[in-house]
Amino acid sequence: MVETALVDWSRLQFAMTAGYHWLFVPLTLGLAVIMAVMETIYVVKGDEFWKQTAKFWMKLFGINFAVGIATGIILEFEFGTNFSNYSWFVGDIFGAPLAIEGILAFFMEATFFAVMFFGWEKVSKRTHLVATWLTGIGAAISAIWILVANSWMQHPVGMEFNPDTVRHEMVDFWALVLNPVAISKFFHSVFSGWMTGSIFAIGISCWYLIKKREVRFALASIRVAAIVGIVGTFAVMLSGDSSAVHVAEYQPMKLAAAEGLENGGQRAPFSIVPGVEVPGVLSVLATHDINGYVPGINNLLNGYTTPQGEVVPSAEEKIERGRLAIEAFGDYRKLSGSDPAAAAEARKVLDENVEYFGYGYIDSKQELVPPVWLVYWAFRVMIGLGGALLLLMCVVLWAEYKKSLASMTWLQWAALLSIPLVYVAGQAGWIVAEVGRQPWVIEGLLPVKAAVSSVSVAAVQTTFFIFVAIFTLFLAIELRILINAIKKGPEIENY
Amino acid sequence: MITYIFLQQYWWFLISLLGGLLVFLLFVQGGNALIFLAGKSEQERELIINSTGRKWELTFTTLVTFGGAFFASFPLFYSTSFGGAYWVWMLILVTFVFQAVSYEFQGKVGNLLGRNTFRVFLTLNGCLAPLLIGTAVGTFFTGSQFVVDKAAVGNIAAPVISRWANGWHGLEAVAEPFNVGFGMMVMALSITLGALYLINNIDNDKLASELRRSLLVSFVGFLLMLVFVLFKLLTMDGFAVDANGIIVMEKYKYLHNFLQMPVVLAMLLVGAVLLVVGVALTAWRKNFKRGIWLAAPGTVMAVMAIFMIAGYNNTAYYPSINDLQSSLTLANSCSSEFTLRTMSIVSLIIPFVVAYIAYFWRQMDRKSLTTEELNTSDKY
Repeated sequence: MVETALVDWSRLQFAMTAGYHWLFVPLTLGLAVIMAVMETIYVVKGDEFWKQTAKFWMKLFGINFAVGIATGIILEFEFGTNFSNYSWFVGDIFGAPLAIEGILAFFMEATFFAVMFFGWEKVSKRTHLVATWLTGIGAAISAIWILVANSWMQHPVGMEFNPDTVRHEMVDFWALVLNPVAISKFFHSVFSGWMTGSIFAIGISCWYLIKKREVRFALASIRVAAIVGIVGTFAVMLSGDSSAVHVAEYQPMKLAAAEGLENGGQRAPFSIVPGVEVPGVLSVLATHDINGYVPGINNLLNGYTTPQGEVVPSAEEKIERGRLAIEAFGDYRKLSGSDPAAAAEARKVLDENVEYFGYGYIDSKQELVPPVWLVYWAFRVMIGLGGALLLLMCVVLWAEYKKSLASMTWLQWAALLSIPLVYVAGQAGWIVAEVGRQPWVIEGLLPVKAAVSSVSVAAVQTTFFIFVAIFTLFLAIELRILINAIKKGPEIENY
Repeated sequence: MITYIFLQQYWWFLISLLGGLLVFLLFVQGGNALIFLAGKSEQERELIINSTGRKWELTFTTLVTFGGAFFASFPLFYSTSFGGAYWVWMLILVTFVFQAVSYEFQGKVGNLLGRNTFRVFLTLNGCLAPLLIGTAVGTFFTGSQFVVDKAAVGNIAAPVISRWANGWHGLEAVAEPFNVGFGMMVMALSITLGALYLINNIDNDKLASELRRSLLVSFVGFLLMLVFVLFKLLTMDGFAVDANGIIVMEKYKYLHNFLQMPVVLAMLLVGAVLLVVGVALTAWRKNFKRGIWLAAPGTVMAVMAIFMIAGYNNTAYYPSINDLQSSLTLANSCSSEFTLRTMSIVSLIIPFVVAYIAYFWRQMDRKSLTTEELNTSDKY
């Protein structure tokens, strides 16, 4: 019997590790672009000021990068240590992007990171610039492959279940790579990293303005960061829009939870906060059609028919068919050696019901509803903060264009205080994506409770607390070192 | 004709290659084990840290890619070993996590724990990581206690396929002297490689003479462990797979594997000779600094040979002593033919990756690291 506590602790450990990882990665993705742009300006203009400006942000990048790596390795191995059943059941598909990520992206990052930091006097100016860009591109390529893997969990494509090997097997690699969910998730995540990097750089630069230090450096950094950030935010909005359509199509329960929509229908309203709704807007967001049908939680549990006549079965029916599939799987395994005809019959039943296989592990339909309040509020926090931060960056850029930023202390403070908010927005985004898909580790195919390793609850609790302690310590040290480095400031003369 | 069997063997070759490269790159760990032993002054310690510090990410990345490649090509190993030998892998990960941040943190103002604490972390990872990885690889020959039952997926209440058969979850591996000996052998080898690398990479006579002393001590330790491990390996019973996929015990299986695969035996011997020559020349000729470039291909070849006798020639590479038929073989633990084929195409990019790494490695290391270079701001 898989204990509920084991499932919960395994999930918590993974969620905690992923949460920490996503504190460090977005800054890496965003700062990489900002400092590469700065170094490009240095190479084009030949102005030493830009080199030192880029080097300052690189220093902060390096401090942050190491912790991202440390949390990342744990994530990769936790698939094996804590989700061993998952690792076999879908490893045939899921392992491939992880291996490709290592081969294509990590070696690129590792090699050019060293050139970027230690190669100023060892390689030519242009080679160094290429190394800086390739460090950032490596990080983005890494994001592609891990998000291909993640998106496959949200919307599994390109595979078939093989009862002889007892796993899903890849049959179409390009379906995996070109999964529409992966494409929008990649842009959404990477460009949200640009937002994080930009808000971080703008906030710190504004601290210098508040302190009336390094004013030229601060204003120059703000110009680059604000442009990168505004471009990034628009890309986040566009990819968020297509993400919403994909979620509506492939993970309707996640959308219903994110909206707190109990009963759906056509012209579904968008909830701004509980009790304040805008009619029809959810239909537009989810289907790009004001008359589009959006099912609510109850529709999904009880089954429904779309206006186009498509009949979607109820949760009970899905669970029933999932049980049939699992039973047929068992029969097939038992009979395939002794009675080929009966085995073929069992196989037929399995194939007819295999798309509901994962539902067979579900005990009651209530399990199929993710924690609505958490997903609902995380969604609002993400969108609300995203909008506010876009506005902030536009105002900052406009003020700088008008040459008045240096004297607008309130705006400088607002920018500085926005740094934690961009992290909150990023974490909220992942909560929507990951909590919103519960109870599934792979949508419809495998619930989390059938994916975990058979280790003791105490063992997982122990490693959980060890990792919490380690990551929290690292975060505290990183913050302290960053603050010290920022107080010291860039090594620029005649600013 | 590229058959399914060929693809399995090809992927075991790649796993062996990554394993070989990983052990070579453990010179980073070996070098860090010497921070306090060979580095007598602050300057010397800084030199060691800045020397290994420019390569550590390659080791780390190779470890991650080794894991990723194992996941993609032999997912049942990933599932069985990582989920089963839980504590061993968690310990390895924890030491690497501390290493990952220590370079960046140790020399920075405001690092809370002080410079030496992070250097101790580097040293601990330097000793423990090779020891633990080696001990884990030792179980490829001595076996572990687990049961694999794929039909469990049909049991709604308990669908877990792989189960560890004891509560120690991997820690029991230390009860087997062969595994510990294997771990100590890898640790001594990594320190030997670390010393060779630092002698090559750093231009500092005083440190070099300390490193030569460490080199000799670690190499003698390595040789002792090697003799022990090889003796045990060549005389132990091994886990053979018959034509029907049934696992049977075979006397002198690994000796047979060497004899039946002379190329693999040659790889081991040539590898060992290169390593010995690399160490000997460095130890006795004061001006000879290139020992690492003999030891590196030697290590890669020898480690590949070890992996190959574990998996090739109808051998179960991850045996279960609890339930012999649960043992993992290349055939019963690998990915589907489609996935192996797809990933094989991806693997064609590996030579290109190795080439650019080698090119930039040379660019960065044309001049040895000196104390003068540490006076600039481009350092840890």
